[in-house]
Amino acid sequence: ELNVNGAARRVNAGPDRSLLSVLRDDLDLTGAKYGCGEGQCGACTVLLDREAVRSCITPLSRAAGKRITTIEGLEQDGRLHPLQEAFLETGAMQCGYCTPGMIMSGVSLLAKGANPNDAEIVHGMQGNICRCGTYPRIVAAVRMAALRLKTQGRTA
Amino acid sequence: MTGELTRRDFLSTLGGGVVILCVAEAADAQESGRRVRGGGDARPEEISAWLHIGEDGIVSVYTGKTEVGQNIRTSLSQAVAEELRTPVAGIRMVMADTDLTPYDMGTFGSRTTPTMAPQLRKAAAAAREALADLAASEWGVDRKAVQVAEGKIVAAGRSAGLGQLTAGKQLVQKIGPDVTLTPAAEWKIAGHSVAKVNGRDMVTGMHRFASDVKRDGLLHGKVLRPVAFGAKLASLDDSAAKQIPGVTVAHEGEFVAVAAPDAETAEHALSALKAEWKTEEGQPSDSQLFAYLKANAEAGEDRQAQGSIEQGMADADRKLSGTYTVAYIAHTPLEPRAAVAEWNTDKLTVWTGTQRPFGVREELAGAFNIPQERVRVIVPDTGSGYGGKHSGECAIEAARLAKAAGKPVKLVWTRQEEFTWGYVRPAGVIEISSGVKSDGRMTAWEFHNYNSGPSGSQITYDIPHHRILFHPSKSPLRQGSYRGLAATANHFARENHMDEIAHSLNLDPVEFRLKNLKDQRQRAVLLAAAEKFGWGKQKPAPGHGFGVAIGFEKGSYLATCAEVAIEGGKPKIVRVVQSFECGAVVNPDHLRNQVEGSIIMAIGGALFEQIRFENGRMLNPRLSQYRVPRFADVPLIETVLVDRKDL
Repeated sequence: ELNVNGAARRVNAGPDRSLLSVLRDDLDLTGAKYGCGEGQCGACTVLLDREAVRSCITPLSRAAGKRITTIEGLEQDGRLHPLQEAFLETGAMQCGYCTPGMIMSGVSLLAKGANPNDAEIVHGMQGNICRCGTYPRIVAAVRMAALRLKTQGRTA
Repeated sequence: MTGELTRRDFLSTLGGGVVILCVAEAADAQESGRRVRGGGDARPEEISAWLHIGEDGIVSVYTGKTEVGQNIRTSLSQAVAEELRTPVAGIRMVMADTDLTPYDMGTFGSRTTPTMAPQLRKAAAAAREALADLAASEWGVDRKAVQVAEGKIVAAGRSAGLGQLTAGKQLVQKIGPDVTLTPAAEWKIAGHSVAKVNGRDMVTGMHRFASDVKRDGLLHGKVLRPVAFGAKLASLDDSAAKQIPGVTVAHEGEFVAVAAPDAETAEHALSALKAEWKTEEGQPSDSQLFAYLKANAEAGEDRQAQGSIEQGMADADRKLSGTYTVAYIAHTPLEPRAAVAEWNTDKLTVWTGTQRPFGVREELAGAFNIPQERVRVIVPDTGSGYGGKHSGECAIEAARLAKAAGKPVKLVWTRQEEFTWGYVRPAGVIEISSGVKSDGRMTAWEFHNYNSGPSGSQITYDIPHHRILFHPSKSPLRQGSYRGLAATANHFARENHMDEIAHSLNLDPVEFRLKNLKDQRQRAVLLAAAEKFGWGKQKPAPGHGFGVAIGFEKGSYLATCAEVAIEGGKPKIVRVVQSFECGAVVNPDHLRNQVEGSIIMAIGGALFEQIRFENGRMLNPRLSQYRVPRFADVPLIETVLVDRKDL
């Protein structure tokens, strides 16, 4: 039994299966991507409670009893998360393959420190690769979302 | 001809409305390392795109081009919307599906905006005019009084949606190249920063890349890879793998692969295969690469020549020479090669990320010896390519497995497979000899590129005696197209050499370049970058240096000024100012995005990317071993777009 995006989901999988393959293949949540299989690129990033993890190297056993949030679970009542909106407004993508992982890493960063500066964003996002090279726009998107969350007086 | 058949069938399924067919013009051939990729695909004089306005008013545009992150789904929508005088939201792009879209040679060589966009604009302009003609005759009004604006046809107080006038009829029109287009200076939709049309699907994870495609009864595949390049299968024992429930083993010649109901079982079955390999020893290694490329080079051919090098050298006060090398580098698209293959009776459908859907269809038809119309290749918007996804090996592997298993199969290459069994950006050796007067006027330029490719080697400098040659060579690794092709390598070598000349004469590198440049577009971008950078206004801080480079390729001009620091003995790029001119800009924000992304991607090749290999084996086929640019590598980037709406 897993708690995924606020819903209880039953899966028939061994404890050593990677969380990424369970999400993608068993639950058809394909937003988290395979990029390297060794936790180097961040395309598979999801949240366990509020912590960003690389789901490709996270065994299912580690996710048990935790709240799993994937990119599909960020939108609430038809409203995008401020960071999703900021990605759209800053055009922080090209091919879009890294985008879900980038957003999940960014959400985790925003949840930790309400108002990170550029250096903190760079440091916090260093484990995610965008091969298209939209990094400056992603930094701008995280900054924009941080500002909006601060004005709204809430955390990610 | 299969295209004709498909098109006729297709037109009959469209129903009423306006259909505009565009006839293709001859396209430039594409070069990639040694040979022309897809050289078998001579583009027939054929319909290159079509556009349909349904009676529901939906404008559907059909093109074989693929979206790989360059944002053409958006920019082509803008091109059509502009001429149809209709909002971008009313345009539906149907792309890269061999059953639905006309033949296209492939999405490469920076050709979509210069060649496909004008064709679609012509189709849209022709559709607009046809609808206006129709309105004039239906309504009995003067043709000149009919306007098309905001997605409506309007005249004398009457108004109709774009799809309302055809009344069950299908109006088919074939257009050639002689349609008049709206000048760029009058653009209202093109030329503006429209956001990525499917951006929402990207930020919500809803977009399905090829690797996300799901089918009923889908199996997961894994391929047994040789232990080294050139290794041959000596023996195979697949008995243990076959005993695992649900596992299919496919074995045809050198191809050995497994399919299983889930990825874990497929992995398990792969490791249960016992194979012995006969390896080919004595293959070249990266340490001998450059000597190997030179030793195996052909005599080569002139790409550009004028005057006599001997005369130019005799006229020179100072002579210089230099050798420059570029390593093999990997495209490393974040989405590795992936395919889902499904056989329905005798028809094969494959979803895959490729820049050449029709080329891959041909490869699949060849692999299974079936006619091309029995193969459908569908390319969902793809997790990037950078020239690295021209080939169909993954599609063929998935299709073989699907055939053997009798069920649809998904195959996603691992990162290690992507590094090892894809192809790489050609490595190269570039040798330059030059002659210059002591006042900085260039007299001679002799340029030899070994293996990496000729593109971007032409000079815009005004040098009376010059000779530029490309020498194909034997490549130890499988090589192919890469973003910008050899332009990066040739610009790197040429512009470094120009700086060396400037320094040897104690001349300012910008002034030295201007002294040898008459090309006005090239001068304009250089001056624009220098101004934005503040060139000549300040001296670099201790441990920092300023550099400049200019270039021309594929109809675009650019100039870059950079500030580089040495930190802990290693170069760190602090600031980059780049000016870019490609004629009339279709989407300024997306162009800036591409320029920024290209700069960042190029930092990897310039500073740390390098494929290492030894005796037929890759030594760094993982992201933990092959470093690509990350957030902390990014300099301050400023782009200056020189928008030439007059060109």
